[in-house]
Amino acid sequence: MPERRSTNLAWFGVLPVVLVVAFSAVIPLMTVVNYSLQDIFDLNTRVFVGFDWYRETLRDPRFLEALVRQGLFSMAVLVIQLPLGILVAKGLPKSGWRASFMLVLIALPLLIPWNVVGTIWQIFARPDIGLLGAALAGLGVDFNYTASPVDAWITVLMMDVWHWTSLVALLAYAGLAAIPQAYYQAAALDGAGPWEVFRYVELPRLRSVLIIAILLRLMDSFMIYTEPFVLTGGGPGNATTFLSQYLTSMAVGQFDLGPAAAFSVLYFLLILLMCWVFYTLVMREAHE
Amino acid sequence: MRRASNWLLWGYCVYLVLPLYWLVTMALRNNQDIVAGLEVIPANPTLANFAEIFGNPVWYQGFANSLSYVVLNTLISVLVALPAAYAFSRYRFMGDRHLFFWLLTNRMAPPAVFLLPFFQLYSAIGLFDTPLAVALAHCLFTVPLAVWILEGFMSAVPRSLDEMARLDGHRLGYFFLRIFLPTIRGGVGVAVFFCFMFSWVELLLARTLTGSEAKPIVVVMTRTVSASGMDWGVLAAAGVLTIVPGVAVVWFVRRHLVKGFALGRV
Repeated sequence: MPERRSTNLAWFGVLPVVLVVAFSAVIPLMTVVNYSLQDIFDLNTRVFVGFDWYRETLRDPRFLEALVRQGLFSMAVLVIQLPLGILVAKGLPKSGWRASFMLVLIALPLLIPWNVVGTIWQIFARPDIGLLGAALAGLGVDFNYTASPVDAWITVLMMDVWHWTSLVALLAYAGLAAIPQAYYQAAALDGAGPWEVFRYVELPRLRSVLIIAILLRLMDSFMIYTEPFVLTGGGPGNATTFLSQYLTSMAVGQFDLGPAAAFSVLYFLLILLMCWVFYTLVMREAHE
Repeated sequence: MRRASNWLLWGYCVYLVLPLYWLVTMALRNNQDIVAGLEVIPANPTLANFAEIFGNPVWYQGFANSLSYVVLNTLISVLVALPAAYAFSRYRFMGDRHLFFWLLTNRMAPPAVFLLPFFQLYSAIGLFDTPLAVALAHCLFTVPLAVWILEGFMSAVPRSLDEMARLDGHRLGYFFLRIFLPTIRGGVGVAVFFCFMFSWVELLLARTLTGSEAKPIVVVMTRTVSASGMDWGVLAAAGVLTIVPGVAVVWFVRRHLVKGFALGRV
């Protein structure tokens, strides 16, 4: 196959993308960095304060709590959704109308507006009008996600599993579909059981899709906002207030420009770091 | 193992369907009925909630507003992403890998980070409260996504196709539009699907960048609290209606979808 040709004229091809993304990403990011270094009273009265807001943010107990909560939530999301997604993918039919039907069904939660996902779970889990809440109450379980932090966490996690496991399942399904039949035949000749087939045939071939799945789930769970905003509003207390929720309440609710901007920059750097680690991993994978 | 995974799949499907089923039953009951007590199968189903939505301009204009920025966003994203994806897939140029990484980071950036400046930027240039503002803001994550997906599909086409067209004396523009684009139409379908989907499901930016004029359906939904409390029936009916466009689009691209996922580019 011919090599990729080397020419800087190709920049003309990427120029429109660079312009559009620069407009919607670079200008706002520069504004945020600018704000994070100033104390803004109104548009004409600003004082340069250096890194004060950063120091304040890093000492803010509510920021640190939200960060810890965020970390725990993202870990829980990965620990539940990855194995579940792979298992669902293994059970899906390979071809025919049943496969089409199941794929559309599985893809369905991904297509629902995020606030509607919150609404669906609100309607489903409420103790008074919800099927789940009422069923649990009928079984004698005292379940109320608006009052108990534990119940709120369980509900938010169940909602996220409902919403996003499909993504892992679809990725894993596509990865499994790409494994040649000969691999399975060879494994059968060697007398491999189902577990050995999974461990030594399927898992290694799924590596690259699973890296993508982990990256996407980690990043998307790290910026979760809308679903818990609708379902629990971050409560009870601050029990389900994650980073985006806290940031939004600072920026829009209280209009604290400086601290909110410093928060944004730290948040963005954290995402950038995680992204870079994964990109390096993926690139190394691609070169092997 | 086979049997166990079948059971798990069925269990998972029930788990997927139950909350949706509950949403649909709610949409078919009026509010007094809902608050009065639990009914697993609606005893007196009614379409009154849907009639309320189709009869109230706030609701149906919300739908029209959402569709207009989603369509705008999808058009812009795919149009600018096509040449870029071709460049990434076929040429090496200064900074190409850094540029690709930079695009990727924008897909991962939390929209909350951009909330404040977006509001001020779009107010300053007079786009606040227009569908174009939301469409451009959503480009933040749909453009990188479209480039990523299209690059995957394009790289799967052998480069010898380009060489042959060149030897046949076709200009690049002719080759791209008449030969290359039809070859990767599945990829374009997948890219359209994902731009449409991510723009359709987003709330935070859409809410921040619109006032009363361009208010999208998802924002109308968060404000359905009347004097008598929540109107659960109308809320559920609106929820059911927001699922329809997604289902329609996924049905059209279902064949290409798995291929798109197989490239790991979502």
